[in-house]
Amino acid sequence: MSPALIAVLPFIGALLPGLLIRSGRDVAAISCATATFVALLGLCLHIPAIMAGEVVTARFAWLPSLGLNAHFRIDGLGLLFGILILGIGLLIIAYARHYLSREDPVGVFYTYLMLFQGAMLGIVLSDNILLLLVFWELTSLSSFLLIGYWKHLPEGRQGARMALTVTGMGGLAMIAGMLILGNIAGSFDIGDILQAREAIQASPYYLPALLLILLGAFTKSAQFPFHFWLPHAMAAPTPVSAYLHSATMVKAGLFLMARLWPVLSGTPEWFYIVATTGLVTMVLAAWIAIFRDDLKSLLAFSTVSHLGLITMLLGFGTEAAAVAAVFHIINHATFKAALFMTAGIIDHETGTRSIARLGGLRRLMPVTFVIGTVAALSMAGIPPLNGFLSKELMLEEATHAAWQGSPVLVAAMATLGALFSVCYSLRFVWQVFFGPERQDYPHRPHDPGFGLWCAPALLVVLVVLIGLFPAGMAGWLVEASASAVTGTAQHPHLTLWHGVTPALMLSITALVGGALLLALNRRLLAMRAAMAWLDAKAIFDAVTRAATCAAGVFTDRLTNGSMSRAFAAFSLTVVLCGFWAFSTGGWQGATRPMLPVQPVPLVGWVALMVATCCMVAFHRHRILALVLVGIIGLMVSVSFIYLSAPDLALTQISVEVVTVILLLLALNFLPKFTVIDSRDRKRGMDAFVATLTGLGFGALAYVIMRSDFAFSPISEYMLANSYRLGGGDNVVNVILVDFRGYDTFGEITVLGIAALTIFALTETLLAGASGRRLRNWVHDSRRAGDRHPLMLVVVTRLVLPIALVVGLYIFLRGHNMPGGGFVAGLVVAVALVSQYMASGFAWAQERQKINYHALIGAGVIAAGLTGIGAWFAGLPFLSSTYGYVKLPGLEEFELASAMGFDLGVFLCVVGAVMLALNSLSRIARQAGATVNLDPMDIDPSKEARR
Amino acid sequence: MELLLSSAIGTLTAAGVYLILRLRTFAVVLGMTMLSYAINLFLFSTGRLVVNAPPILQKGVEVHTDPLPQALVLTAIVISFGMTAVVVMMALGAFIEGGDDRVDMPRADRMPGDDQA
Repeated sequence: MSPALIAVLPFIGALLPGLLIRSGRDVAAISCATATFVALLGLCLHIPAIMAGEVVTARFAWLPSLGLNAHFRIDGLGLLFGILILGIGLLIIAYARHYLSREDPVGVFYTYLMLFQGAMLGIVLSDNILLLLVFWELTSLSSFLLIGYWKHLPEGRQGARMALTVTGMGGLAMIAGMLILGNIAGSFDIGDILQAREAIQASPYYLPALLLILLGAFTKSAQFPFHFWLPHAMAAPTPVSAYLHSATMVKAGLFLMARLWPVLSGTPEWFYIVATTGLVTMVLAAWIAIFRDDLKSLLAFSTVSHLGLITMLLGFGTEAAAVAAVFHIINHATFKAALFMTAGIIDHETGTRSIARLGGLRRLMPVTFVIGTVAALSMAGIPPLNGFLSKELMLEEATHAAWQGSPVLVAAMATLGALFSVCYSLRFVWQVFFGPERQDYPHRPHDPGFGLWCAPALLVVLVVLIGLFPAGMAGWLVEASASAVTGTAQHPHLTLWHGVTPALMLSITALVGGALLLALNRRLLAMRAAMAWLDAKAIFDAVTRAATCAAGVFTDRLTNGSMSRAFAAFSLTVVLCGFWAFSTGGWQGATRPMLPVQPVPLVGWVALMVATCCMVAFHRHRILALVLVGIIGLMVSVSFIYLSAPDLALTQISVEVVTVILLLLALNFLPKFTVIDSRDRKRGMDAFVATLTGLGFGALAYVIMRSDFAFSPISEYMLANSYRLGGGDNVVNVILVDFRGYDTFGEITVLGIAALTIFALTETLLAGASGRRLRNWVHDSRRAGDRHPLMLVVVTRLVLPIALVVGLYIFLRGHNMPGGGFVAGLVVAVALVSQYMASGFAWAQERQKINYHALIGAGVIAAGLTGIGAWFAGLPFLSSTYGYVKLPGLEEFELASAMGFDLGVFLCVVGAVMLALNSLSRIARQAGATVNLDPMDIDPSKEARR
Repeated sequence: MELLLSSAIGTLTAAGVYLILRLRTFAVVLGMTMLSYAINLFLFSTGRLVVNAPPILQKGVEVHTDPLPQALVLTAIVISFGMTAVVVMMALGAFIEGGDDRVDMPRADRMPGDDQA
């Protein structure tokens, strides 16, 4: 099965619970389990090839220009993690089916779980670090959903937020690190990066890249000082904890370190940063775990400690240590998942996870007792269980590591960590299962049904089998993955008995010491209570609160509810940034000659400037201001004509007409004059801000116009290929409907949405209190006596067919001459609106058969279908084609597929403009505008007939 | 010519910004219209000014102005109409619902302890 398909299967599985949950929880669980199982099966089919040393790949180009490709690979490391993710995922699906209660939305849970599984699987199967980053962020997001699954619990929400903040922050750092790494290696493919060890380690950017990547890995794998999020994530349902914190989420950081081990490790920086962090985390977290009262919290800190252990092994940078690390990843996943599930069972059956309230469960829950004890003893590192084997390998490696020349420091600390680990593991067993039976459990404890204990039981069987027959059970997997991590073939010799080695001695020391420590537990607890204890959550909360406060103070000052203040601040910022950018840039001075000034443009300029100044001076007189807007718009269109942009001029002038009509319709209700309500000082300040912005913007335009192009414009390509590829002579139109057709498609959609927004606003205005207010509206100006004058009606009727023909003409010629769908749409809209103006809304509406919503929809669909049509010719979306057609009676003419697209633009523009104006007139009708049945108020023909 | 156009852009911008800074909706709408003119002209001018060379392919004509800014501005003009229409509608709605056409939040509703505006 293709690695890509394996990676996609969980995502397909994520859709199933939503579709099938109506058929019951079992069906939803089975659908997820099936998807997982098929993926696992597909993965396992590759085992022979991978054991033979091959790397299975699947490669799809995604955004090759960015180096982002959907390249997947399965090698030994990917295989190991894939088996853990899917195998334990399968068990979790079964376990969760029985764990979640009837009230919990199970479908949602399974969807989140499958999303998370897919994201994790994506990380371990990616052969491209950018793709890996995408999946990496997906794990942060989907784990956020999973941790916060019990939305009603504040701890769940806080834990989820904290996990997202910490891992998300690390993820951001890692993006930067990965980009640096990819740039050094010259490729974002993992296969290529793994070959570039010398170049990467010699680069001056090695240390920054290493630090940033490790920041991502450490936050994800909860290494000190980022360990604090993991215990708080325990607010999640136990199946989630068991999955995230044994086999998946927190192992992602380890996976990354293992993945990049061949290129990043082996330097002193790597050793001191990674090994030290791992060592500190291991000891510190194990120490904390001894004192936790909550079972899941104890397991959480023990997880942090074991993650530290593995990190330390990877940090040693030796091949033997890498083998030990890989082996411990397997062992930890098995016993820790079993332990979490045991904790879940205890919680489920007794109603509490507090160790202080438990004890004596040995006889009450015998099955759980056996499972929990075996798993915990493995965690303690007691022979002959699998935890013992890898712990011994770890101690062995620790004796070889020298920290700053001290040969015993690492070994001593590692033994201490192991000792603590023995202590908390034994405490788990002793204080939960042994001791006297109690009478005050919240529920009467008993063993759960088979469904709940079969998953951990299966894992515990593995724990024992791997412990007894390490070479046979796990040797092949360790061999394959260790070879993939180190990049050279490894043949580890895993066995239960190594003889009397220093590591065995240290192991025995840890066991005895741990047991003694447990005996002293009561005294230790007292000691610990006396110790000042820094609560990481309090620090985290204080930091986030301070950051939120600072941001709040800043934004509240800027946006306190006063729009003008916010906008002034924005304008000033833009001007200052622009000025700063310009002063630090290297403008060489004007290189383009000025065009000579002709008299006619000069007149136009004077008209524009005078109109603008008058506009500012008289804007309080709103009708006059509208007239001035018209003049300004006209001058802008004229300047477009003069400066070789006929299409723009046509569009501008027709938009001008509809804009003015729109504003007039609005003024029907709004006050006709603006009162003065700002003080002189504010107006002075505003004038200052406005002048500064205007000067900045004008100067920028001047500088651009007097400078030559920095590099040759891409439009040269469009000019050269407009006819050949697009079949049109009007390059602007070809750009709109072909080269940049996708943009235009988006734009007409936006226009349609704007019109629908207006419609929706109108609907709310016409209903409720505002609708009542409108019905009693008192207009502030007198209505005209002859509202539908004869002359206007007659002229608009005459003009209508002419305007429609002009619209059609402009539309048809648009591909080769100035015109096109936008302009034609506007012209037709103006022709239709003039009917409304002449004969009134109701009269025109009665003759209007086409729904404007349908027009907009038809436009978007027509444009979309034209684009899709290109697929049938095997071309990308929106490629156009053209040909020449000869119809009898007509000259030969060109027909381009782009015309279909332009038709969509046309329909959308007509629909949007008409819907906007129509909405305004509906408001007018609500406010008591007379509904006329005749086209005009005074109709001479009627009189004559009479 | 460049000087004329850039001074026109600057003046339109200044007028637009000044009007947007007013406290009544209609002035803000007018200001946005003015600012749209300025920005459209500015975008257009990035293609540099060329007289009598429309980007329409004809036999024997070799010089064409840059068509790309024109295509961008063409859609920008239509979109700015859509934007103006929505803003006008919102202004109208606010006036009908609230009975006044101020743009700023009433002082009583603002963030507490922040009234030096």
